[in-house]
Amino acid sequence: MSLLQTLLIWPDRVLLSVLVLLLIAVPFLYAARAPMHALIRSASRAVSNPLRLGSRWLADTAKRLHGRNRHVLFAHGSHEVKQTIEREFERVTTLVQRDLEGYPVLQRKLMDEITRIEEDYKKTGEVPLPPPEWVKAIEALAKIKASGDGVVERILVEIRDALGDIYQKVVGEYRSAYKERHQILKSFLPFWRSVNQTLTQVDRNITSLQVSAAKIDANVIKLENITARGNNAAHALASSSSTLFFVAGLVMLIAFGGAYVNFKLIALPMSAMVGGGDYITDTLQASEVAALVIILFETLMGLFLMETLRFTSLFPFGNITEKMRRRLMWASLIILLVLASVEVGLAVMRDAIISADVALKQQLGSTGGVVRAEAGWVTRIPTFGQMILGFTLPFALAFVAIPLETFINSARTVFGTGLELALQGLAFVLRFAANMAKEIGRFVIMLYDVLIFAPLAIERLIWTYREGAARGTKLRSMPPLKRAAGSEEAI
Amino acid sequence: MKVTGTLGILGAFLLVVACGPTVNHNQAVYVLIDTSGTYVKEMNKAQAVVNYLLGTINTGDTLAVGRVKSRSFSEKEIVAKVSLGKDPLEANVQKRAFSDQFAAFAKAEQHASGSRYTDITGGIIQAAEYLNETQAGRKTIVIFSDMQEELDYKTVRDIPIKLDGIRVVALNVTKLGTDNVDPRRYLNRLEWWEKRARTAGATDWKVVNDMEHLDRIFRKSS
Repeated sequence: MSLLQTLLIWPDRVLLSVLVLLLIAVPFLYAARAPMHALIRSASRAVSNPLRLGSRWLADTAKRLHGRNRHVLFAHGSHEVKQTIEREFERVTTLVQRDLEGYPVLQRKLMDEITRIEEDYKKTGEVPLPPPEWVKAIEALAKIKASGDGVVERILVEIRDALGDIYQKVVGEYRSAYKERHQILKSFLPFWRSVNQTLTQVDRNITSLQVSAAKIDANVIKLENITARGNNAAHALASSSSTLFFVAGLVMLIAFGGAYVNFKLIALPMSAMVGGGDYITDTLQASEVAALVIILFETLMGLFLMETLRFTSLFPFGNITEKMRRRLMWASLIILLVLASVEVGLAVMRDAIISADVALKQQLGSTGGVVRAEAGWVTRIPTFGQMILGFTLPFALAFVAIPLETFINSARTVFGTGLELALQGLAFVLRFAANMAKEIGRFVIMLYDVLIFAPLAIERLIWTYREGAARGTKLRSMPPLKRAAGSEEAI
Repeated sequence: MKVTGTLGILGAFLLVVACGPTVNHNQAVYVLIDTSGTYVKEMNKAQAVVNYLLGTINTGDTLAVGRVKSRSFSEKEIVAKVSLGKDPLEANVQKRAFSDQFAAFAKAEQHASGSRYTDITGGIIQAAEYLNETQAGRKTIVIFSDMQEELDYKTVRDIPIKLDGIRVVALNVTKLGTDNVDPRRYLNRLEWWEKRARTAGATDWKVVNDMEHLDRIFRKSS
């Protein structure tokens, strides 16, 4: 028999029993109305107030986190842009040192060539002397018309012949002078070309400088926006971080695929080095751990290499000297090379182990003798493939450092934003639950009053009667409804 | 710094993993081959089983083959045994040598006349002793016999045996002529051996007559 059934007066007549119980309970419920209302309200507050408090705390935390995220976002963005500007300045410095350092020499060369061209040009400007004054006198004589006098005729012919000779001579001299000038002008060509090339180089350098300057300008504007902490800059940075996070994540996933292939390549032959059949845990073999350690070492060396080559800035290498940085770079590269060579050896060993295993199984499976297939160069292709993979994968893994840095940097922003959203969502849920608890309390109070509607109706009638009677004797105001002690709701 | 932290966590994980309790994953298998009476004709099948086992065992594992004769409780009855080294290539060479050694034994036994009596109990005690010495994580006795024990009057074998932590597999339990007359003899025989093995503390008892699916018995998880 259940507890409910024990409470029933007539267990076989549930409805009747409940109604009778309700009738018995109503006077008690009416009498206890005020304290019951207070109790329900108190219970409702006991639930809703902590929820509201929790919601407020979460909302405040989300707000603080938002501020912190924004601060980090701007700091990171500012750092990135500053680094870009620094790199651009380094480029400009290199360009200036490389090209503009030689400008005095270049200018001197240019000036020398221009001076020489000027001198040569002046030489081309020197014209041959005009014919002497006597030529004019003879020209006048030559214009005398023939009068038929033989002597005069002969004199004139001689004068004409003499003039012709002189003219031929002068024209010859004139032509040879021009020929000389043309040769001088011809000798200009190499200088002109040299000047042209020099000026083109200068133009190229200046253009490169202009491009770098434009980039620096753009980045400075970006930095100004970040420093101003505008919403547009914040949105741009957040969007950029999200994109970088997913792209870097994808690249990392591909890298993990490569690392897995690498692991599979060296796990089996590692058992020959560290011993097969040794287990560190229930499922983890010592050879597998050794292979994992080698891959982790390769990744670590790759990280150091990328760091020392200044492709990444994950470690605090800023305080080490340039010489030390170089040494570290060479050490990382050499270790990586050694590990890659070890992997080549392991790839060969893996192939040997698998071949021996296959041959043994063939021998065990066959009753007769084993016919060995001729090992041609085609059958060696997988071995070469494994060797190449073994050598290249460690270097490919080294480049993981770049997406790893991006992933770590962008993860802070993405996870920060995600956490902020989660806190806001939780705050909303708590607020909603608090309101629900409050409303449920109100609903229960109303339900309580509904259960005792009969005594309440009687009470209202009495009050109305009394009011009417009192209005007949003297005017006094009465409340239309009695309010329960401490109750806010009207009955 | 973040990367250093990540590597630190990884290192700590490996340290914790390395310091955990070590479990012996090596297995030891003792194959007991009945060479008595007419069962000696089943030697080809026994060779197939041994070759299959050779193909499945790994570095660090142990395999031994003993024969059941009139009196089998003796080290002399261990025909071939091998504890594979840690190097896979070395293990491969050991497997080849074992295979050759067993092939020579099988060839010799095929032309020999079978022993008069069948001391399976003595062989099992010898196998358990050998397996316990290997200290392997998983120990298995494979009995390749018709499970019909026949002892001379001097040999005492109705003694309690200890097979704690050992799995027993009865392979190729052929039916005798009398079993065909009354199958209850066969069933009772198997029941008696199972009871004896389990009473002795064997972790498992199996009878396998389908030689085509040996992988079901020697699966790594089993």
